[in-house]
Order: sequence, then structure tokens, then C-alpha cells
Amino acid sequence: MTEPEDIAAPYWRGAAEGVLVLQRCGNCGVVRHYPRAICSACQSELVEPQQADGRGTVHSWTVTHHAFDPRLADDLPYTLVTVDMREGVRVLGRLDGDTAPAIDLPVRITFAPGLDGTPVPHFVVEAP
Amino acid sequence: MSRASVVGVGETEYTKRSPRTALQHQLEASLTAIADAGLTPGDVDGVIPIGITGAPVEEYVADFGITDLRFSAVVPHGGASAVGALQLAGAAIAAGLCSTVLVPFGRNTSSGAKAGQRIHTMPQFHFVSEYERPAGNIAPAQLYAPMARRHMELYGTTSEQFGEIAVSTREHALLNGRGLMTRPITLADHQASRMITDPFRLLDCSLESDGGAAFVVTSPERARDLAQTPVDLLGSAMGHPDSPSSITQRPDLTRVGVAKAAALAFEAAGVTHADIDVAEIYDCFTYIVLCQLEDLGFCAKGEGGPFVEGGRLRLGGELPTNTHGGLLSQSHMLAVNHVVELVRQLRGTAGAAQVAGAETGLVTGYGDMGDGGVAILRKGTS
Repeated sequence: MTEPEDIAAPYWRGAAEGVLVLQRCGNCGVVRHYPRAICSACQSELVEPQQADGRGTVHSWTVTHHAFDPRLADDLPYTLVTVDMREGVRVLGRLDGDTAPAIDLPVRITFAPGLDGTPVPHFVVEAP
Repeated sequence: MSRASVVGVGETEYTKRSPRTALQHQLEASLTAIADAGLTPGDVDGVIPIGITGAPVEEYVADFGITDLRFSAVVPHGGASAVGALQLAGAAIAAGLCSTVLVPFGRNTSSGAKAGQRIHTMPQFHFVSEYERPAGNIAPAQLYAPMARRHMELYGTTSEQFGEIAVSTREHALLNGRGLMTRPITLADHQASRMITDPFRLLDCSLESDGGAAFVVTSPERARDLAQTPVDLLGSAMGHPDSPSSITQRPDLTRVGVAKAAALAFEAAGVTHADIDVAEIYDCFTYIVLCQLEDLGFCAKGEGGPFVEGGRLRLGGELPTNTHGGLLSQSHMLAVNHVVELVRQLRGTAGAAQVAGAETGLVTGYGDMGDGGVAILRKGTS
């Protein structure tokens, strides 16, 4: 008996290499995130990995001033941005740099180690 | 026509660092609610425990000497569970499955994990746990803050408007006698309170607290023979936001589950917004009250900021809200305390915070990432 493949494995392989990998439905072509077992539009299990363009715009954000995990005390304050990616999905990650977040601010994704070394999205502001 | 009535309510003392366990709080609040109704523990034949700290129903069967438990269930929607349990109790009674349902809640958060840890034990938060927590998105305050920020950016809603909710809720807590918070606050205090996660300051956030609260539901017919003025459940509905397990992926960050439930609840109750004399609105964070007031239809989307200004939510205002002090200033009893307070208001026994002549009221729940519940209750005739 073989172990079932984790539906999120392509995402994590991509994240480890610094690229955002989304799911694209193999039946109807709708792109989705976070990884799910079936397509929300057509319920197909068929799925292909799709490397994202990497660019998006800020949808909302929060600037955290309290260490909800003591390991984050040295990061304070840090900005978490919710980003509309060009593929129509959203990604939440850290905003790097000194630019104040604003709706529609253009950003590009990278990845860096987060808690427990898990690769997490970071965003840098795109030059206009 | 009402199909169920709330006939008993009970609360423990609300404290921090309580030496009593969650189960002790649940049992004490339950016994108080049962006695308030003029019933005995063995009269209970249905139990809907609330929350992840809820003792299994078998505990109640054994401790209360229940010889014939006919109905039990769990509503898995966090802060929306109390309203969901009220709805479910009413449905079970109307269907003839049982006659008397106990809805108990109790917690000891001082000895356990804080909210930022607790949610990651719950399966509905797994996307947050897997993909967002490693980036530092950990606690409910952080999950909801982008909803509030988006609302501010789109509609010009201000921190001072959140502060008005904090101040009026605190005023009410001081009248309650049971509230954990015992000092008045001003808008300046709110603005000076430390930033937790923008735009939420400390005084935008609800309490971590210890204690228990419970209520008892039975048929309207039986209710007329019991100890208290019955409070009838006129209508209720549950609603869930789009993308209920990921706020990040939600198409409209500024709407929550009650947006889908509100019209159904008002229609079922056969009342309009103008009929609501008092409202107990789930208040885990100030903004969540403002958002629900819009989603309930008391004002249009985007108008919640101006709506809460001018004392509208205060005693004597147009829509007295969270007259007990809510989760922000009384105690975080997952809105079981909101149901208790609404019942007291409609009985006319809410003490110094009594809304004069209150006959019809509304209570909401908000759970996890925006699951919502709305129940509309009315003072019954004995």
C-alpha cells in the first residue's frame, strides 16, 4: 500500500525553492489556493500545479505589536499583508521594507523561513 | 408563533485566576439556571454543551441524576454556538424530541492556553495553522484585523468609532455588578491603550476570563407553568461567510455570517428592526460589533462608524447594546452571557442597566472565522 500524496506537497516544494505554486483544476482550469482536495467550481479531483506569476496587490493588512509567540518578540512590529495575486487567489505573508502598506500597493512574493523553519511568503514592494 | 421559551438563566461569579475548574463552573451555572426556572436537575432531558471546554453530556447525566436523556448535540461554531444551541434546543423541543434543554458553558482560561494557542487545536483553523501561523498570524485579533482595516480604508471608519463601542460597553459593565472591569474608561483611554495588532488596541479586545453561564429552554406551554416570566424565541437563523475556513481567501472581507442569517431571523420572528428594544451583539472585538450592526441591517454596509456615534448604543440611546458589558468588559462567556442578559432584559430584571419597557430583543453569535447566529426573543405572557 502506498501513502496518499499530500495535496499540499507541490505548494511546499515550491515554497522551499522560493516560488509560489498554486493548484489549477485539471478539468475546468480554475486556479485555487489554499490547497484543497477538489475544485470548488466543478468538484473535480484532477489537479495540476501552476507556478504563480508572483506579482500582486495589497488587499488589506495588520501591523502586529504584540508577541503572540515569544519567538517573534524580536520581529516586532511586523506587518502581515493579504495580497490579491494576479491568478485571482490571495496569499498572506510578511511585508518587508519600510513602505507603509496601502490598498492596491503592488508587491512581489519571495519566501523566507518562518516559525519552525517553515517557508513563509514575504512581499517586497514593486517599483512603479 | 413561538415554539420554545427560555425559562431559566444562571451565571457564576466572573473572575480571573479562578481556583475552580471549567466543569465546576458549568455545573454551578447550570444548577443556578435550573433553580431559576423552578425546575430540578432531573427534569432536564436535553443537553447542548457549549465550546471546546464543554464537559461531555454524560457528566450531566451522572451529576444531575438524569434518568432519561432524550437529546444531546454539539454546535461546533465557537462564539456562534450559544445562539446555535438556542435555535437547536427550540427545534428539538418543537419536534417533540425532548421537553427541557440545558445549554451550559464554563471555562477556566487562566490555567489553560490563551486564545492564540487554543484556536490551533481546532480543525476548522487548519489553513491558518498550516499556512499563516508560521508567518506570525497566530491569534484571533490578527485574523480579524485585516477585516477591520479593509473596512476603514473603504469606508473611512475610524479607531475613535471603535472606541465609542469600547466606552459604551464599559459603562454598561459598571452597572452590571458582575463585570470583571470595574473602572470607567474614556475615548482618550481607548486611544492611549497600547496597539496590539493594528487597528486593534488593547481596549478593542475582549477579556480572557473564568466562570460559567447557562440557560434552560422548554416549550411555551410548559413555560407558562414555571417560576419566571417566560421569554419566547420568536425566530432564529444561522449563517456562514463565504470561505468560512480562510478569511484570507474570503471575497468580501467586510461581511460576516450574520449577513446571511439576519433577514431569515427577522422574517421568522415577524418583527422589524424598529421593534428591537435591546441588542446583545457578539463583541470579541469592537469592530465585530460595528460590522454585525451593518450585516444585521440596522444600517447600510459602510455606515457602521457613524451609526455607533452619538450614544446610539448606550442606555437611553436608540439601540442599547451589550447592556451587561459584553465580552469586552463583563466576561468572555462565548455569548452565553449575552443570552442570559437578553432574557433578564425582557423579564425586566436587568437591574441598573434595565432598558425601560424592553419587550423584544436580539442576540447574535460570531464564531471562529465569522460563523454567525441571530435570535430574536420577546417577553412572554405568564
